[in-house]
Amino acid sequence: MTDTLIQNARLIDPASGLDQVGALLVRDGRIADLGPALGRPDGAVVVDAGGAVLCPGLVDMRAELGEPGGEFRETIAAAAQAAAAGGITTLAVLPNTDPPIDDAALVRLLRARGEETGSLAILPYAAISKGCRGEELAELGLLREAGAVAFTDGTRAIASARLMRLALAYAGQWGARVVQHPEEPSLAGSGCATQGELATRLGLPAIPPAAEALMVWRDIRLVRMTGGAVHFGHVSTAEALDLIRAAKADGLDVTCDTAPPYFDLNETAIGDFRTYAKLSPPLRAESDRLAVAAALADGTIDAIASDHQPRDADDKRLPFAQAAPGGTGLATLLAVTLAQVHNGSLPLVKALGLLTVAPARLLGAEAGTLARGSPADLCLFDLERSWRVEAGALPGKAQNTPFDGRALEGRVLGTWKAGRRVFG
Amino acid sequence: MHPPQIETMLDLAESYVLLNRQGKTQRDLLRGRTLINLFFEDSTRTRTSFELAGKRLGADVINMSVASSSVNKGETLLDTAATLNAMNCDLLVVRHGQSGAPNLLAQKVDAAVINAGDGTHEHPTQALLDALTIRRRKGRLEGLTVAICGDVQHSRVARSNIHLLCAMGSRVRVVGPPTLIPNQAARLGVEVFHDMKTGLQGADVVMMLRLQRERMSGAGSLVPSPREYFRFWGLDAEKLAWAKDDAIVMHPGPMNRGVEIDSAVADDPVRSVIKEQVEMGVAVRMAVLDILSRATRND
Repeated sequence: MTDTLIQNARLIDPASGLDQVGALLVRDGRIADLGPALGRPDGAVVVDAGGAVLCPGLVDMRAELGEPGGEFRETIAAAAQAAAAGGITTLAVLPNTDPPIDDAALVRLLRARGEETGSLAILPYAAISKGCRGEELAELGLLREAGAVAFTDGTRAIASARLMRLALAYAGQWGARVVQHPEEPSLAGSGCATQGELATRLGLPAIPPAAEALMVWRDIRLVRMTGGAVHFGHVSTAEALDLIRAAKADGLDVTCDTAPPYFDLNETAIGDFRTYAKLSPPLRAESDRLAVAAALADGTIDAIASDHQPRDADDKRLPFAQAAPGGTGLATLLAVTLAQVHNGSLPLVKALGLLTVAPARLLGAEAGTLARGSPADLCLFDLERSWRVEAGALPGKAQNTPFDGRALEGRVLGTWKAGRRVFG
Repeated sequence: MHPPQIETMLDLAESYVLLNRQGKTQRDLLRGRTLINLFFEDSTRTRTSFELAGKRLGADVINMSVASSSVNKGETLLDTAATLNAMNCDLLVVRHGQSGAPNLLAQKVDAAVINAGDGTHEHPTQALLDALTIRRRKGRLEGLTVAICGDVQHSRVARSNIHLLCAMGSRVRVVGPPTLIPNQAARLGVEVFHDMKTGLQGADVVMMLRLQRERMSGAGSLVPSPREYFRFWGLDAEKLAWAKDDAIVMHPGPMNRGVEIDSAVADDPVRSVIKEQVEMGVAVRMAVLDILSRATRND
């Protein structure tokens, strides 16, 4: 492979805190060198970044894919396209597919399917329970050996305290985190909007925000008992974040992520029964949104994930309560996060850290850094360029974005996977 | 029991090993004494072992199992005790599914009560026969490293062995998945390992425990599957190689071949002492019956 020299770039590596203008040299799929001024090797392809930001390819630690079993919603190839357009080069995918990823062979299949795309490394989560049914432990040891990065039942909460206790104790043996969808299902019931005035006015069955806090409290208590490690996905409420903050202060191995809708939108986005804004957990009150933004800034939230969930029109063109929850997020992950930078809430390097090195560390992945010798997974973006999100015009297949119509600043110009340009 | 008592018991058992091998019996020792095997749980080897031990010492042995007893007709444990007491039995061997049941019986009967396994509490004669087997093979108990591997949480064999071996100065480890190691296990005086490789390192004795089927599947399971259990905690030649070169392999039986132990290891004529454990079982139980009946024999 010929060398690639990316010049005149604002190099940002959150892993080391680097933020300087310079050049980066890619050789044999890895980062060979970087610095303020690099000589041009013979035959190297030169890319003039024009002062745009060059950072590690994004590591998205939470996405649902249509494969296997839901290819009509989105194939892995289509998701890879959307990811490349969003600057994402590593994607951790949830196991609640059909069939669920509860067998070592399926973990290997997903890894291989990622490699086939040539642009996106897929890091499979494996099911905690057989069939993601929440009853019996899956073969965590064999799944881990096959390459599972962590264990979760995906969008389904582990309701049984007994199973959660076993999972935390047993998964700890394999050095993997247990990832929980923090929602007490018996309290959430069939609710589809957050409890409050708006849900009351719209006449929608509601989920109390306490459903999240209850599950978070219970699992933190079980971590204390078992010495395990838990990670809460898409945390969305102030109360849950307070519990996580306190657990961290106590030195417990408790981490969490959130997704862009929870710091960029609030419950009013569901407005006139807009099903594209029907998410799980539901969009919350403005006070919760502010708490999520604050928790990003103070370090309580460890990572930002897209929480990408492809849905097709038939899933969404239904009365609100009957529509499927979930929104796409791959193409908008970076730009919506940058909105927090533009509004002064997050420093740029910190924001990029939440999208790269932080999730890579949580997953134990060799990704998310510009260190010499690491894989040349890169994202080049213009921090200022504005664009408008338009459902129907997004890259990939699934178009169910909750950000439809949102004007954003920050556009991906190029994406490289292992040194090969895969977008732009 | 204290170390000197244990040593005495093992010495006596040793003498019975010789007698048994020579085909000699001591039929006069317990002549006229009655031994009742009261088994509330199925057992083949322990019941047979006690029966043989009693018969070789000349006792009249009666086997009662739950299937044929009046317990099925609604009699409580204490009613059973009162009934047996009225029959003037001398030695009562009890196997029960509930921890502490033999203690309760012992308070209510005049006979000497021998615990042949109660719930997940204790199985003392198993620990004695294991100790005798180890002592014969290794010449001592003190200073040996013994790794007890598998379902420690539900094992009465493990608990009794831990007590006895710790008392005798062995270094005892328990090795198993986190879901099968009991709470506060280290407080029993053992080192806890979850990984077989580190747990077996330098072990002189590898003692495997039985994993019940219901722990591996169904709603109450504690490990995902037999194949995963075997992959990470089943003793095969590869894992045994992590222990000392001359480490011996033990199992209280009955074995789940291909789950907690590989047949090649279980049947290894040099390393495996599993059959010897059974032989020691009879001798140890003869010694136990002998000692416990002395008080009533006046000799």
